[in-house]
Amino acid sequence: MAKFNKKKSGELPAISTASLPDIVFMLLFFFMVATVMRDNTLMVQNTLPAADQIQKLDKKDRVIYIYAGKPSSRYIDTYGSEARIQLNDKFGTIDEVGAFVLAERAAKREELQNVLTTALKVDSDTKMGIISDIKQELRKVNALKINYTTRVGDYTQNFN
Amino acid sequence: MPRKSPEVNAGSMADIAFLLLIFFLVTTTIETDSGINRKLPPMEDQIDPPIIREKNIFTVVVNKYSQILVEEDLTDIKDLRGLAMDFLDNGGGKGEEACDYCQGARSPRSSDNPEKAIISLKNDRETPYKSYIAVQNELVAAYNELRNREFMKLYPSVGLTYVEADFIYNDPRTTSGERENLKEKLNVVKNLYPQKLSEAEPSKVN
Repeated sequence: MAKFNKKKSGELPAISTASLPDIVFMLLFFFMVATVMRDNTLMVQNTLPAADQIQKLDKKDRVIYIYAGKPSSRYIDTYGSEARIQLNDKFGTIDEVGAFVLAERAAKREELQNVLTTALKVDSDTKMGIISDIKQELRKVNALKINYTTRVGDYTQNFN
Repeated sequence: MPRKSPEVNAGSMADIAFLLLIFFLVTTTIETDSGINRKLPPMEDQIDPPIIREKNIFTVVVNKYSQILVEEDLTDIKDLRGLAMDFLDNGGGKGEEACDYCQGARSPRSSDNPEKAIISLKNDRETPYKSYIAVQNELVAAYNELRNREFMKLYPSVGLTYVEADFIYNDPRTTSGERENLKEKLNVVKNLYPQKLSEAEPSKVN
């Protein structure tokens, strides 16, 4: 009756982990393709508002980024909870916006200097006052092309 | 028979891959690279501002409680797009100012033609940014819907809406021949409904 030997119970077969590296590599490649290296550390809260009538931004080398919003929780003790502007890696004041844009523009290649867009990445809970001030500064330095960077989504998401 | 080379142990491959994966998760972000494009008015003061008739201006005010006043009436944001489209598409002009492609009510109390129609958007300093963006979005949507309609009417052979055609035009992968072809058509429709959206400086009083 050797043919009908009962399998020894209690011994589970080992799960093969040979495909684990493949799975992890797949994830790795996905993230390498879908994301970009971050170049500024965000010091402000930055939940963007939603909109659906959007256009794609230009290539990255033709864009100047200005961030604004409440300082994130790490900086709230030092800088308070009033909305601030972030230029590159540090907080800036309204008066520095113009100089910042001019400096950024001068750093770009000459043929790109006339086609630059200023992307405003502003937290959705910010008051318009600070944004109007930024817009006035941008008008002063003749950086007239702006982009209100938004998430893709229905506008009703902004009211809750 | 050649000697078999010893097998390399691949057990730590997963660990190495995990390490790389975690490195990329930490150092990269998924960038949002889209938004509403706007053009600011230049700074120099106009010496004599053009005279604009009251009926050609559509005023939208967003106050600090996110309430929307259209032509001084409290309005829900859901109705804003429709109201703006009615205003832009009214075509109430006569003679030289007539608008032959408009499909609006042709009311003499609303705009003459899309060329003259101006939407003026005002906000408080205390207005939340998100409601401002919602209003901007709806106003741009009004223009886009009208442009879509005209684009599909004028160029049914292209089989695209204005927004889709504009997206293809701005896509760097589009060939230059196709781009030339689209550019002309886009410009024609853009000039039928020019985006005249004036953003006034915010009022300081509440």
